[in-house]
Amino acid sequence: MLAPLPDPPEPKRGVRVSARGVERAFRGVGGAVLGGLDLDLAAGSFVALLGPSGCGKSTLLRVIAGLDSPDAGSVTLDSTSGAARVAFVFQDAHLLPWRDVLSNAALPLELTGTGAAERRAAARDALDAVGLGDATHKMPHELSGGMRMRVSLARALVTRPNLLLLDEPFAALDELTRQRLDDQLRALWAELGLTVLFVTHSVDEAAYLAERAIVFSARPARIVADRTLALPRARTSALRAEPAFGAEARALREALEQGGG
Amino acid sequence: MRGFRTLAPPLVALALILATWEVLARALQIPAFLLPPPSAVARATLAELGDLALAASVTGRAALYGFLMSACVGTLVAIAMSSSRILERAFYPYTVFLQTVPIVAIAPLLVLWFGAGLRSVMVSSFIVSVFPVITNALSGIRSVEPALRDLFRLYGASRLSTLTKLELPAALPAIVTGLRVAAGLSVIGAIVGEFVAGFSESGAGLGIVILSSYRQMRTDLLFSAVLFAALLGLVLFGAVNLAGHLLLSRWHPSARNP
Ligand SMILES: Nc1ncnc2c1ncn2[C@@H]1O[C@H](COP(=O)(O)OP(=O)(O)OP(=O)(O)O)[C@@H](O)[C@H]1O
Ligand SMILES: [Mg+2]
Repeated sequence: MLAPLPDPPEPKRGVRVSARGVERAFRGVGGAVLGGLDLDLAAGSFVALLGPSGCGKSTLLRVIAGLDSPDAGSVTLDSTSGAARVAFVFQDAHLLPWRDVLSNAALPLELTGTGAAERRAAARDALDAVGLGDATHKMPHELSGGMRMRVSLARALVTRPNLLLLDEPFAALDELTRQRLDDQLRALWAELGLTVLFVTHSVDEAAYLAERAIVFSARPARIVADRTLALPRARTSALRAEPAFGAEARALREALEQGGG
Repeated sequence: MRGFRTLAPPLVALALILATWEVLARALQIPAFLLPPPSAVARATLAELGDLALAASVTGRAALYGFLMSACVGTLVAIAMSSSRILERAFYPYTVFLQTVPIVAIAPLLVLWFGAGLRSVMVSSFIVSVFPVITNALSGIRSVEPALRDLFRLYGASRLSTLTKLELPAALPAIVTGLRVAAGLSVIGAIVGEFVAGFSESGAGLGIVILSSYRQMRTDLLFSAVLFAALLGLVLFGAVNLAGHLLLSRWHPSARNP
């Protein structure tokens, strides 16, 4: 009998995203929101997306997630390891208030038809990963805003996605909680090797989290800056005091202002 | 102590009203067929207790069936309308018609269609009470947060699991609100139905007792019947409240700290 084949060496996980000529307009909004946008995200990269309010960042995320379809152009998701699994984190936690923490985190697996025992185990793992392993039986109304957001993050991670889209996920939290969640997200990304696209209004958060930052202009969204951040891979709060960090943040802020923010 | 404080004021008010009523009715010598004193009403209630209890059970059964029909049909109609704009546009105007139709005027029609007795009374109760269930369930389903719909769509949830795992639980507080209103209305609908549909197979309902005591100028008995009708509505309302509380207390702010 043949020995089972060893697992192939883990390829670079994460999805490669390529958007080509994506156009999207809405009735009642003057002009296009996205007017022929081209964008590529490398597999396993952590990309931050900045831009003035109303320029079309959320629209782009929804198009990439397949929640909205473009009027023209296309988005392709290439995954080297199986099908693309997309997860989305919204600005608010958006938990189901009638479910406890565990079954909220297990919801995506429930909807895709995973068995009960398996999805509970996966949800427990995901909750452990965000540091909520001991709150599994709490109801959402018993949690603080930061805890709710972490449940939301666990729910996104539970399907082992290879593309994670986050739309201003921590914007409603206080500064300290936000920094803690930023660190957690960054560590999860390094561990899981997925592709992350992170929309934020904060240039500091973008510079702290991402490997690459993209700045959109006002509507219709054009790319006014696309920087690979020259910062070390390991991010700690000491980084915020470094001159290199200040320089990157300043460059992003200038691009934002120049783009009409 | 807290129970006493919440119960005492309405009880004292009731006692005062009854006492004033008793004194005035005697002092001004108001004829009993116009306004019998509370003592006369109490006496009539005790004397006819068996008949009143039977009447209340007859009416209560019809109201309960009507209410249950409203709960099921109303929720199903709301689900259908929420899944299709065209269905909603086509049928919503007619549900408003249900709300505005004078039930007294169409009750004879019900008797023609369903025969005298329980079935007509039940349908009358249903027609009067279904509208608030439809509107509340519909607005509950419509008010589901768009982000949650996106979440379900992202994971390819079927129509059925979106309904059972998202829309119905989210709409439950609104549905319970609708059912609370429907509970009181279903008793009113049953009594109006009895005015027209007459005796049911199992005996005379409160509507019949009200009519016959009116014809015999037994105003004291009429008051007793009205009292029983109010109690019936209260019992149904209380049951809905309790069920709603049990269903919602774990998560919904409206049901916490009763
Ligand atoms: N479903 C929709 N129907 C109509 N207009 C829409 C819709 N979605 C977005 N828009 C419009 O498209 C424009 C871009 O919206 P979008 O949400 O993508 O902006 P954004 O960059 O995410 O802004 P913010 O930073 O404030 O979140 C806005 O003017 C918005 O009003
Ligand atoms: Mg947005």
